[in-house]
Amino acid sequence: MISDNLPALQVVLPLIAAPLCLIIHRPKLVWLFALFICLISLGISIELLSAVINTGPISYEMGDWAPPWGIEYRVDKISGFVLLIVSMIGAVVMLYAGKSIEHEIAPHKQTLFYSAYLLCLTGLLGIVITGDAFNIFVFLEISSLSTYTLVSLGKDRRALTAAFQYLIMGTLGATFILIGIGLMYMMTGTLNILDLAQRIPEVLETRTIRAAFAFLTVGICLKLALFPLHLWLPNSYAYAPSSASAFLSATATKVAIYVLLRFVFTIFGVTFAFEIMPMGTVLMLMAIPAILIGSTVAIFQQNIKRMLAYSSVAQIGYMILGISFASVTGLTSGILHLFNHALMKGGLFLALGGIAYHMGAARIEHFKGLGQIMPWTMAAIVVGGLSLIGVPLTVGFISKWYLVLAALEQGYWPIAVVVLVGSLLAVIYMWKLVEAAYFNNVEPSEVVVKEAPLQLLIPTWLLIGASIYFGINTDLTIGVAQQAAEMLMGAGQ
Amino acid sequence: MNTFLGLYNYWIVIVLMMTGFYIVIAQGNLIKKVVGLNIFQTSVIILYVSMGKVKDGAAPILTDGIEIYSNPLPHVLMLTAIVVGVATTALALALIVRIYEDYGSIEEDDIHKQDGSF
Repeated sequence: MISDNLPALQVVLPLIAAPLCLIIHRPKLVWLFALFICLISLGISIELLSAVINTGPISYEMGDWAPPWGIEYRVDKISGFVLLIVSMIGAVVMLYAGKSIEHEIAPHKQTLFYSAYLLCLTGLLGIVITGDAFNIFVFLEISSLSTYTLVSLGKDRRALTAAFQYLIMGTLGATFILIGIGLMYMMTGTLNILDLAQRIPEVLETRTIRAAFAFLTVGICLKLALFPLHLWLPNSYAYAPSSASAFLSATATKVAIYVLLRFVFTIFGVTFAFEIMPMGTVLMLMAIPAILIGSTVAIFQQNIKRMLAYSSVAQIGYMILGISFASVTGLTSGILHLFNHALMKGGLFLALGGIAYHMGAARIEHFKGLGQIMPWTMAAIVVGGLSLIGVPLTVGFISKWYLVLAALEQGYWPIAVVVLVGSLLAVIYMWKLVEAAYFNNVEPSEVVVKEAPLQLLIPTWLLIGASIYFGINTDLTIGVAQQAAEMLMGAGQ
Repeated sequence: MNTFLGLYNYWIVIVLMMTGFYIVIAQGNLIKKVVGLNIFQTSVIILYVSMGKVKDGAAPILTDGIEIYSNPLPHVLMLTAIVVGVATTALALALIVRIYEDYGSIEEDDIHKQDGSF
């Protein structure tokens, strides 16, 4: 009974839990409750992914209404994989949030944080699991609205303006997606993704479908912060509470990339997107400046959270670059990097939260001599940084390796050079931290600085440890990513 | 000429959409930005409702002797979109109240001068 309804429970559980948080009210209890819900969500997504790997895609009819009339929830290899990423990060960051939020947010707002966090989780999981185009929009707005709330809970008043800016750009993006879905509905009369994929080819050569494609691409690229539509991202990540930054950087943009893959590959198909429409060129032309400019701007940031945010812009560039090749290797590298970047950037933001826990912020001057005072936190930052650069034995190496392979496969060797230059720029901005932390003496200050509490260190090292583990044992991630890529490439032909 | 007049609701959609979009970009006042955003979203509602109309179709309420009904689904979708729009506006206004408390202004330029945000 329960095992049949797992796809629905994946979304419904955090949705129901969110308002319950307000009833429980006591911050400590709410945290335990939210953590419990996140762990169950993680269990469900592990169960779903293993079921998909063993027995093939799962289709779930919401309320027993058969698709394409009713809303279908559909888990296949790629959505199962992304569900796992989101719920895993959700659970680890929730483990971290208990201690961190207690420190960062006023007591009467802590319950609201957990509530918004669970709603955001609901929205992200919903986007991934649903097989209905309009449903994607609804879940997108659920996750976005709760994200704006999460960002605005930051200590600094700039969190408010960042949240407002994100709200304006996010709403524009979501409305563009809504227009695109409407235009597709106009031509096909269906909203179910698989049904759309079957009916779109008949009407492919119309201006309406081309307009729909353009609206969807721009809308989704706004959501995934592809250069030059990334303007909302740096401030939002820089001023949000530490746990919110970690959660959002590791999940929100990844889910948007999943939506892009779904629309472009499953619905419109490779031939239409990359041969009739110049999708590959457009994505590539935006991804390359994203990598180079994002990394360069990161070097000059004094606020380290902001530096990592710009580095995220660059890393999103890598994922989009992989997708723009429209080859199995390219897509594999994109999907792999989706998972790998979630681990390393999540871990890095958690580590910064550990530094901000005592320092109150994480600016470059706070790093002086930290190598001695906070050895574990700094070690986490170094390992995460190595992974961002793409040093062997870390996850970052695996995805960059595939990306370079994909570029060479197509004969685009200048692009392989761009990837390497991006890595060198990452060396520069991570070195700044290492230099400050290990080659400087501790500056005397009034604040008592010591190692971050265990409750913050354990989740940080869970993610950082995972980024080493999956850098060495790559069977699971590469296997799933490759199969997902083959499925996507085959879908439109 | 006929297609021009026949598609007049789509022309309205385009004009409203661009008006809203322009206000969001050009206005420095945060409240006005939200107003622009609302106009932008409203234009999409008209777009959806227009596509639900079937030629010679009656309102989708079962009645004897009527064969053709308009498509009610886009209207239902737009109910959801309206709810989303209201929620977005409420959240935006709440943020503006907080911004006003902290910065003493709701003009983008003033806020930018204070600490470089926006």
